[in-house]
Amino acid sequence: MHLEYFKLIDRILDLNTAEKTIVAEARVPETSTIFEGHFPGHPIMPGVLLIESMAQTSGWLLLALMKFERMPFLAAVKEAKMRGFVSPGEVLTIEANVLHEGSGYAMTEARVKVGGKLRSNATITFSHVPFPNPELRGHMDEEAKRIGFPQQALLP
Amino acid sequence: MSSTFDQVATIIAETCDIPRDTITPESHAIDDLGIDSLDFLDIAFAIDKAFGIKLPLEKWTQEVNDGNATTEQYFVLKNLSARIDELVAAKGAST
Repeated sequence: MHLEYFKLIDRILDLNTAEKTIVAEARVPETSTIFEGHFPGHPIMPGVLLIESMAQTSGWLLLALMKFERMPFLAAVKEAKMRGFVSPGEVLTIEANVLHEGSGYAMTEARVKVGGKLRSNATITFSHVPFPNPELRGHMDEEAKRIGFPQQALLP
Repeated sequence: MSSTFDQVATIIAETCDIPRDTITPESHAIDDLGIDSLDFLDIAFAIDKAFGIKLPLEKWTQEVNDGNATTEQYFVLKNLSARIDELVAAKGAST
């Protein structure tokens, strides 16, 4: 996890396109400028970044389901709950499943767990469009390699 | 009025917190009810679920953007209800 670069997923542990589920993992860094302000003497991962980690995990699932032909963008967050503190050094297991696939949009349910215990969850809406340019597509391909995106998931 | 319209009106009222009695078959979802595209995703989700269909929002938007359709054709509620009935009928015919 590299907070300053919004790289909130370290690797994909499981991706099931038939069940439309994904499990990812990320380790919260021990140090970050973010923790200097959030909060002095009591560093915790900001809730908005927990939401972002769930959105990114959901996004990889949707990318897989759309065969990397379209890019999902965060559109709405509902029922987001921060159920417990997430501290530097903790390892997050982030799960997501598709709630609904509409025309040009999709909804997911996502959860952040630490040691099997739920720390955060949300229902997330994405709009998705064809990749706006080759640069972004190339970036996502590189990120897919970094996090071990299973390329076999894209096979017919 | 059709039960489809009643269901759609109820969905809109509950999803967007709009008084049900202000929603009529002639209401334009965007121009009259002030529903924006993001809120309409929630409505589309509820309609998709309620009717077991997939509203072709992208296709409709493209047609409007290309000048091949008007927003009234899809977003005036009596017309939206008619489109939903067509989609339900098409789904029934294909299964």
